[in-house]
Amino acid sequence: MSKMHITLTVNGTAVEGLAEPRTLLIHFLRETLRITGPHIGCETSHCGACTIDMNGKSVKSCTVFVGQAQGAEITTVEGLVNADGSLGVIQENFREHHGLQCGFCTPGMITRAHRFLQENPAPTEAEVRFGMAGNLCRCTGYQNIVKAILASAAQLNAAKEAAE
Amino acid sequence: MNDQSNTPEDRSTRLKGMGCSRKRVEDVRFTQGKGNYVDDIRMDGMLFGDFVRSPYAHARVVSIDSAAAMKVPGVLAVITAKELEPLGLHWMPTLAGDKQMVLADGKVLFQGQEVAFVVATDRYAASDGVAAVEVEYDELPVVVDPFKALEPDAPVLREDLAGQTTGAHGPRRHHNHIFTWEVGDKEATEAVLAGADVVAEEMVYYHRTHPSPLETCGCVASMDKVNGKLTVWGTFQAPHAVRTVASLISGIAEHNIRIISPDIGGGFGNKVGVYPGYICAIVASIVTGKPVKWVESRMDNLMATAFARDYWMKGRIAATKAGKITGLWCHTTADHGGFDACADPSKFPAGFMNICTGSYDIPVAYLAVDGVYTNKAPGGVAYRCSFRVTEAAYFIERMIEVLAIRLGMDAAELRRINFIRKDQFPYQSALGWEYDSGDYHTAWDKALKAVGYDALRAEQAQRLADFKAGKTRRLIGIGLAHFTEIVGAGPVKNCDILGLGMFDSCEIRIHPTGSAIARLGTISQGQGHATTFAQIIASEIGIPADDITLEEGDTDTAPYGLGTYGSRSTPVAGAATAMAARKIRAKAQMIAAYLLEVHDDDVEFDVDRFAVKGAPERFKTMKEIAFAAYNQAIPGLEPGLEAVSYYDPPNMTYPFGAYICVMEIDVDTGEHEIRMFYALDDCGTRINPMIIEGQVHGGATEGYAIAMGQEIAYDEMGNHKTATLMDFFIPTSWETPHYTTDHTVTPSPHHPIGAKGVGESPNVGSVPAFSNAVHDAFRPFGLVHSHMPHDHWRVWKIARDLGLHG
Amino acid sequence: MIPAGFEYHRPADLASAIGLLQDHGDEARVVAGGHSLIPMMKLRMTDLGHLVDLQDIGELRGIAIGAGHVTIGAMTSQHDLIADDRLAAVLPIIREASLQIADPQVRYMGTIGGNVANGDPGNDMPGLMQCLNASYDLAGPDGTRQVAARGFYQAAYFTAREDDEILTRIVIPVPAAGTGHAYVKQKRKIGDYATAAAAVLVGTTSASVAMTNLSDTPVWSEAAGKALAAGDTEGCVAAILAAIDPQEDMRGPVEFKRHVAAVVLRRAIDSALARRT
Repeated sequence: MSKMHITLTVNGTAVEGLAEPRTLLIHFLRETLRITGPHIGCETSHCGACTIDMNGKSVKSCTVFVGQAQGAEITTVEGLVNADGSLGVIQENFREHHGLQCGFCTPGMITRAHRFLQENPAPTEAEVRFGMAGNLCRCTGYQNIVKAILASAAQLNAAKEAAE
Repeated sequence: MNDQSNTPEDRSTRLKGMGCSRKRVEDVRFTQGKGNYVDDIRMDGMLFGDFVRSPYAHARVVSIDSAAAMKVPGVLAVITAKELEPLGLHWMPTLAGDKQMVLADGKVLFQGQEVAFVVATDRYAASDGVAAVEVEYDELPVVVDPFKALEPDAPVLREDLAGQTTGAHGPRRHHNHIFTWEVGDKEATEAVLAGADVVAEEMVYYHRTHPSPLETCGCVASMDKVNGKLTVWGTFQAPHAVRTVASLISGIAEHNIRIISPDIGGGFGNKVGVYPGYICAIVASIVTGKPVKWVESRMDNLMATAFARDYWMKGRIAATKAGKITGLWCHTTADHGGFDACADPSKFPAGFMNICTGSYDIPVAYLAVDGVYTNKAPGGVAYRCSFRVTEAAYFIERMIEVLAIRLGMDAAELRRINFIRKDQFPYQSALGWEYDSGDYHTAWDKALKAVGYDALRAEQAQRLADFKAGKTRRLIGIGLAHFTEIVGAGPVKNCDILGLGMFDSCEIRIHPTGSAIARLGTISQGQGHATTFAQIIASEIGIPADDITLEEGDTDTAPYGLGTYGSRSTPVAGAATAMAARKIRAKAQMIAAYLLEVHDDDVEFDVDRFAVKGAPERFKTMKEIAFAAYNQAIPGLEPGLEAVSYYDPPNMTYPFGAYICVMEIDVDTGEHEIRMFYALDDCGTRINPMIIEGQVHGGATEGYAIAMGQEIAYDEMGNHKTATLMDFFIPTSWETPHYTTDHTVTPSPHHPIGAKGVGESPNVGSVPAFSNAVHDAFRPFGLVHSHMPHDHWRVWKIARDLGLHG
Repeated sequence: MIPAGFEYHRPADLASAIGLLQDHGDEARVVAGGHSLIPMMKLRMTDLGHLVDLQDIGELRGIAIGAGHVTIGAMTSQHDLIADDRLAAVLPIIREASLQIADPQVRYMGTIGGNVANGDPGNDMPGLMQCLNASYDLAGPDGTRQVAARGFYQAAYFTAREDDEILTRIVIPVPAAGTGHAYVKQKRKIGDYATAAAAVLVGTTSASVAMTNLSDTPVWSEAAGKALAAGDTEGCVAAILAAIDPQEDMRGPVEFKRHVAAVVLRRAIDSALARRT
């Protein structure tokens, strides 16, 4: 199979590479581009460890061929740090509220939370639990993840209000 | 620094030592995707290996044809047992004293067994190679039921053991029998049962399940032919043990092997064992001279590496009419699959199942465990529990409930009248353990009060009346559990793995400017060791936790230790950490005395300094002492400030807890809703409350999954039916309950800081709490026992069998 | 879990897509969201030489609300269905059902066209579309034909669609004002297929009932609808029980599934009746 020339914008930077059409987006990110934040946990689109943000949607990158992503705007957990390199609001709240343990689900979890809070800036606890249900965690029992996301929402909203 | 208060309290706060909810240092890298897990490792020229696996549960391997696979672009080698045999690596020893095929040697014994290892330039080519290998099988009769496996005419599974009537743990009485392990006084127990007022009897099955951490197992093996050194990065919960085992079976000198556990994406027991993938990657690297990566898929993981549980526990419990337990008898049939690869201390083929007398003062008891081969995957790991403790806890907590039904008693009260009393500790159990400390009554009463137990029972009774009156189809179940764990394996006198004593270690070096590095023989898989062990050191020697680097997992740098599983890190390595710190403190005291020009005994430790007794204004801080250790010639003292401790614990530790679950059950659909889950844990001294709480949430969620739906299931042909996360139940945030945590503190008297370990308690304690809630809901209709998992259809079937569907 | 190799195509218009299907015959498959197809490819249970990605074909997107009909482009995602308030106003059952499909990430990618066209008995939309009496536009080399959802499903993964046809649009009649609706699904967890699911519409003179994952195709029963229209809930349930043919799997044995089918259907009926105005 001839290789495709793939161009993407990842975390604000234009990138390119060659890939077989069957290459899964997660492998292109991790192995060609060396963006190893998104992980592989189940390979059947159940666990969400590979979640990235693609054209404004939360997407499980283990179930997308790289060709399908041609030209896409992609954000991974690496792209959610502040410009000065400090942790972004959601990242900081995961740390503050002990929303992670082994850290393996965390990149997908935070990337999903980022999109979820864009769509629902003031969620209830039940809405967080429903909106995060595409991401499995084996360590935390989710309780502190939910806490971290609710705290992030409050903080982001307060910052928005202050700015207005 | 002059604006900082110098009261001992403020100085202590600045250390972020034991007892504070210090934020985790690990999280800075994890939250921005900068962890370094095994699949993140990339090396120049690295190859990838993948397995051809058996589609059959029991079959002869007639032939393996690699010709087509070798023509696949990128495929470099196909390794089979034939290639491994000259190296003596086609079989490997298991942790349980058995041996296991690395690659199918003439036959396969479970579906998913490793048959051939395809090495290619990348994972895509390897996958194509796997698809192209042609294997001819000749199917054999399959046995997946351990009771049928012991029938006289059952198929012979392990032909390699023909004629061997003795195994690693004594006599074998049948070709599919592995061992019988007996503890306690059989005669006395049977005499008590024969004469008892009441005997309750039940078969309690703890089904097969799997630890399934989100990161699967994998490794990168790199043989450097120039310097003769083998380096293996991998998902190892016990890196030093892996190094020693690798040396023993490969013949490579141990100093030429370096094992590195990078960040590990959860372990839960799955990453204790040594798997064929590790061996094959090493061999492939030696053969090709290039680094070789092997990372299993989720299906590989669920099918082939490290199941847990699968214990059929037949119990009899005797009591007086008043409910005082007089004896306990248990016979367990343990399904070990095709090879006995259980991860237990060598002298304990059924782990610490003999903690099955639980939290109760039971005068006489007897336990026998028979290990059996079947056509299922090997493993038998401690899935977030200390070596079969969760099976034991589930067994006794179910037997208590069954006894309460026989006696017509409230199960909370039955527990209360049988608890070991506070004044009985240290307590000698009938099955041979010495419980270090406990205060069960206080914990129990606190728990019952916290949930409003009496009001819950009243509400439950009202709901039952409403149900009977046709006003509702939902019942309430109140699930109780009081568990006693046994963790911190363990004393070298009786705990070893393949002859390696189960001590652990810590080395601390204080740098001249007063910061430090500590290295341990353990390895975190999410427990936050880098955070908590630094807290222990901070409190012990007065250096801020933020100034202490903690390293684990590299056998070239860390002192020898047996690793992290069985909740042993805090009880054993935590103790080693405190002891190493105390050695440093002792030397620091001498340095301080010298600097202050007083006798050693005239200075005392004060949070972060040594001060002259009676003259606290005359002191030397640890920072000053550290510098002095490197720049002053102190008579009688070597320069430098470092220490290492190898800690052999005098006893296990015995954390305990009281868990209560309130569950609503839909009788018509079998669905449930967890209304409340209360978890009181007593893990002795609490190092980091935030992390303890997180451990409880996580362990209870695993327990929820196990009790309510998670299983490894096979059909009669040995086909694995739960090999993806569609069917292997891992709850999402939506199904997972909310937890209320609580605690009491009963320090361990023999542990240097009194800590007992907590990581596994919530799995051990929550499974019976969830399960008992299901049973409790149906108790008024005559339900005595029904096997887990309590997924929708099985709960529905309880209701159906009780005639509740009209 | 790595798929075998294939050629990737991303046609810009429908005619090119159909042309590709003609060129490559049963070697070619179209992909919409891919969340059913790609896992099957990774398991190497689906073998194909050419993958035709429909994402650039603009005419396959969008939701048009007409007076009597709603037309939904096949490439419309479940996320878009949920987000569309106009759609929710005329066909609230679509939002209710869509929220019960898979998980948020999968709903961003999963499309209504993929869900109805693939023929997986576990998918929720086929039963719902039968309940709603939707029809599917199938575009092929000889033009477009319309097939009723109720006549589309032949067996698991076998449908009335020819290999060189693409399902382009779903046309759904808008139920009469005041029609009650409900989609009730029992599943083991988020992300699971239904143990049993029921779609119910009930108006003053008519009703429609369809079930999901209880046979190798979705089950719509005319008799069940008639019974319910006549106010005979138990007759409706009996008709459905006569029509379903569930198989044992990890969700449970046949007897359980039959029982639960009746329970979720009764609950859906109760809910739909309560919503009828």
